[in-house]
Amino acid sequence: MRRYAPKDNVQAKPYYTDRFWVAPQVPRSAVGDDEVFAADLAAIKAKFEVAEAYIQVEQMVVYIKPEDNYGVLELLRDELGYTQLSEVSAIDWLADKGQFEVFYQMLSMTKRKRLRVKMFIGETEAVNSVEKLFRSADWSEREMYDMFGIKLNNHPYPKRILMPDDWEGWPLRKTYPLQGDEFAAWYEVDKIFGKEARDIIGPELRDPAEVNRYDTKRFARLGHEVPYGADLSEGETKTDLDYQEEGGVFLIEKLHEEKSVVIDDRDR
Amino acid sequence: MQQTNRLRPFFENITFERDDNELVLNFGPQHPSAHGQLRLMLHLQQEQIVKAHPDVGYLHRGMEKMAENMIYNEFMPTTDRMDYIASSSNNYGFALAVEKLIGLEVPRRAKVIRMMLLEVNRLMSHLFWLATTALDIGAMTVFLYAFREREYLMDLVEDYCGARLTHAAIRIGGVPLDIPDNFLGDLKKFLDKLPQNIKDYEDLLDQNRIWKMRMENVGVIPTEMALSWGCTGPMLRASGVQWDIRKEEPYELYDEVDFDIPWSDKGDNYARYKVYMAEMRESAKILYQTIDMYEETVKNNQTELMAHAPQYISAPKLDIMTQNYALMQHFVLVTQGMRPPVGEVYVPTESPKGELGYFIHSQGGAYPYRLKLRAPSFWHTGILTDLLPGHYIPDVVSIIGTTNIVFGEVDR
Amino acid sequence: MAQHQVNFTQDGGLPVALTTVDKVVNWGRSNSLWALTYGLACCGIEMMASGASRYDFDRFGTIFRASPRQSEVMIVAGTLTKKHAEFIRRLYDQMTEPKWVISMGSCANTGGMFNTYATVQGCDRVIPVDLYLPGCAPRPETLQYAVMMLQKKIRREKAIKAQKPKRLM
Repeated sequence: MRRYAPKDNVQAKPYYTDRFWVAPQVPRSAVGDDEVFAADLAAIKAKFEVAEAYIQVEQMVVYIKPEDNYGVLELLRDELGYTQLSEVSAIDWLADKGQFEVFYQMLSMTKRKRLRVKMFIGETEAVNSVEKLFRSADWSEREMYDMFGIKLNNHPYPKRILMPDDWEGWPLRKTYPLQGDEFAAWYEVDKIFGKEARDIIGPELRDPAEVNRYDTKRFARLGHEVPYGADLSEGETKTDLDYQEEGGVFLIEKLHEEKSVVIDDRDR
Repeated sequence: MQQTNRLRPFFENITFERDDNELVLNFGPQHPSAHGQLRLMLHLQQEQIVKAHPDVGYLHRGMEKMAENMIYNEFMPTTDRMDYIASSSNNYGFALAVEKLIGLEVPRRAKVIRMMLLEVNRLMSHLFWLATTALDIGAMTVFLYAFREREYLMDLVEDYCGARLTHAAIRIGGVPLDIPDNFLGDLKKFLDKLPQNIKDYEDLLDQNRIWKMRMENVGVIPTEMALSWGCTGPMLRASGVQWDIRKEEPYELYDEVDFDIPWSDKGDNYARYKVYMAEMRESAKILYQTIDMYEETVKNNQTELMAHAPQYISAPKLDIMTQNYALMQHFVLVTQGMRPPVGEVYVPTESPKGELGYFIHSQGGAYPYRLKLRAPSFWHTGILTDLLPGHYIPDVVSIIGTTNIVFGEVDR
Repeated sequence: MAQHQVNFTQDGGLPVALTTVDKVVNWGRSNSLWALTYGLACCGIEMMASGASRYDFDRFGTIFRASPRQSEVMIVAGTLTKKHAEFIRRLYDQMTEPKWVISMGSCANTGGMFNTYATVQGCDRVIPVDLYLPGCAPRPETLQYAVMMLQKKIRREKAIKAQKPKRLM
């Protein structure tokens, strides 16, 4: 019987996990432990609904409702001094919860604090763009759209940024295999030579462990020079790896080691 | 013989000839002064740019996806290929993020060696920046001089880890090797010569009319724009914000060394150039201090290079070869990988280009559930959208030069 | 009126050397290989380093040209991604005959460590390659050696005949 492989997460899995193994947790602390963060959280809570907040590895994490993201970031920027948006991206939880977790990494230079605003959105829901607040969100949100297919509201240019415009699929989703799907495998061949060239060029060799010493049509023969497509099953002629033909070349003298100067002081 | 293929002109959706006298110019993706694979669509009025549209992604290799399919230690060499001009700083950012995740403290000597590598990398990166920017602007001499010095630094790193460009010189939990015997001497010899070398570059460039004309008051980034675009590093410091993560949120032993943060409030290309030059001097200052710190660790007999955490980090090679349990642990860590705790962490470090951040979300597995690479150059490329309009065609090259973008980092 | 009897066919007679057209043409071709800089990623930095002060590529007659129309050899230095693939083919088509391609580094050879959705698994899927240069990233010496090997290859070729059509489409 063929082994069942889950389709909703095709990323690499450890081949063995001890059954009694319980993963430890990175310690979290309450927001009240840090005065600055406590004040910030109180300011956010006064206006918006906060689902959860804690401090992990010196940074505060705040979960908000997705429709509030513009308001919260505006509050953070204008009143609480978080003037920089370092990063916007998402985590794919489609397999478990059917949701994406979008996070905004903020930095306050006056307080020397970093906090992370997080929210969950559904697969088909759109995120309000914060590009009007932080120009840096322009590109990071485009990247988020490109990698996860998360739709954006009010974005000036909601197009792919890293992948080509005509790309199909959302590369960072867990359902997308590392080595790409059928479309990705033939993308450059289809685009340059057309679909009919697929047979001539052949499929990609994706096995990193493949070694075939009789293959003279591909790059597999380090240190040997053989004609393209030669048959090597009967053995091959020895190739010398001298870079100049014996007897020298037209108008060029053959270089001899004994005549040359060897520099061993690198600072010379 | 020319073979026919399917490549048609690829601007089907862009009209090059228009009624409104606007010209669309395509720049890249393979342009010698684009520092990699940047493509710019420039809308021109005569020679003036009215709209710029940078297009990136020509070096997108899917590193974040790779990270999700690799054990933590396996990903280390991949980080080299991000900002390949200063590889060790990428290694370091990743190592630090994982260490924060599992809560490790690195031995002091490893910290000193790491700082040495980081600053050597910063010097390499800044020298490379100077070389390429000067070349783009037409100063070939500076290119040759700066590369000469850079080669000495590469020799140093090669002596340490065996690689010139892609170092993978830092491990999670420490460093793999102690520095070789000749390292400190060579480093000192280089550092003693460096001020004179920097002075040479400055003599060639500072008062150079062409250099000044192409640098002064070109590409002015106001402070608000720099903040709004998420600029970091020299880009931000040249725009009037004195913010350096090494100083503000110190990691490693940066709180023990004495250095200044050069900054300027001009915001133009020339200010950025001056900031880079000043940073080289500061790096040299730090390196002198790390040499002393290293000699101190020798005196105090602090020979540990890797943190002791058998659950996550392999034992030293000698133990692996001689002790049964260490060998078993090493085998498990290599084949299955370490399993950090459940949680997430965002760790910023000051790479030569700016704030290099690693966001790791771990579900307690051997593979990170999500790893986001926050590379500074990504936003430094984005700012070209707002920065280029109003400038002229020749300014494009000098502006791209001083933003110091590296496409391995932009596209990841 | 010649005052001396000169044997033209011997060395040192006059600055005249007799040879075949093949050899002359190949001598010219192999010793002025102008390279199209195709720095894509990390290998591009090593390519620059080999053009710079310590390694000094000009000794080989190899001068980097930024234009495909004036260059003979394309050094594909770095990872070729699917988004970029069409451009490399376009620039290859723009180069004048005769033309050669050096694939520099593991990524350009086979995709290298980037066995992912976005990377072309070897630039020979798009353009014909003459020389594969292993390493990640190859040292400048390796690139210089590759250029010497390419010179050797060129010297073996018949100069007058049109080049054999290369494989790949």
